[in-house]
Amino acid sequence: MDKHNVKGFLEFVYDFYRSMKAHEITLVYEGEITHQITKAFTSLTESNMAKQEESNTVQKKVFHVMVECLQNISKHADTFGSDDYLFAGRGIFMVSKGSEDYHVTTGNVIENRKIEELTDMLEEINSLDKEGLKQLYKQQMRQGRLSDKGGAGLGFIDIARKTGNKLEYHFLPIDETSSFFLLSSSISRTL
Amino acid sequence: MEVIKIKGTDDTPSVILDKDNEIFEISGRSLPEDVTTFYEPILNWLDEYAENPNSKTVFAFKLVYFNTASSKLLLDILMKLEEMYENGNDILIKWYYPEDDEDMEEAGEEYSDIVDVPFEQVSYVL
Repeated sequence: MDKHNVKGFLEFVYDFYRSMKAHEITLVYEGEITHQITKAFTSLTESNMAKQEESNTVQKKVFHVMVECLQNISKHADTFGSDDYLFAGRGIFMVSKGSEDYHVTTGNVIENRKIEELTDMLEEINSLDKEGLKQLYKQQMRQGRLSDKGGAGLGFIDIARKTGNKLEYHFLPIDETSSFFLLSSSISRTL
Repeated sequence: MEVIKIKGTDDTPSVILDKDNEIFEISGRSLPEDVTTFYEPILNWLDEYAENPNSKTVFAFKLVYFNTASSKLLLDILMKLEEMYENGNDILIKWYYPEDDEDMEEAGEEYSDIVDVPFEQVSYVL
């Protein structure tokens, strides 16, 4: 980097820092989501929440949502290119804290052909009330076999049940074959 | 019969399956990296135990956390116990939950709805 670029880069870092502060982002990560990463992030967030004296209920719910979100990425994020393993199981993961809620947000690449099925699943979950979600969870557990990747298809239902909120999601097109899938879950701090 | 004794970690539960001392217990946290590999020996042990079980089996679940991937494997364990019960064996499931943990209490209720086996909910103070 020449001198001009260094300055530009450092200014970017400061802007980035200010954006993080403005959005109260307590954790942000981009990269491969492994089991070790999942363990590290959950224990870091747990100790932060304990320090802030969040209630046990809030701590447990945030923990649940984080684990399910991280496992969604590690098991279901698609590769960019045909068989570019470097992009498998990667994504962005973010935890932010407002005065009322915690937000756990994930983003990962998915193939366009999977969008319809995923949307149907998320819409079905969002259309159900507490009792409906409970029935769907029980039904999925009874019928759903573990996929070859070990996902039980229960993660989204569990997030909706634990938070009591709708799943907020969005797809942004990347190219003809893939899109970026964003999912945000809110956990009330006053539980 | 062989005893299974697994010491718990921050992502895997403690497991004791001891036929002679009549201890059958899974406790702690369950979010193993590979749920199938972790639970396979437990399910295999139960298959063998089912061939010649004790006159009474009290199986205790004392979990503080499990992820959705583990929930399916826990159901597999309960279904094996249900099968033993259907075959005329005396089986009791004890589902322990921390007294302030409604989610864990509800999880127990849901399992008891799914499997047809005597099921007792027990609250305790952490």
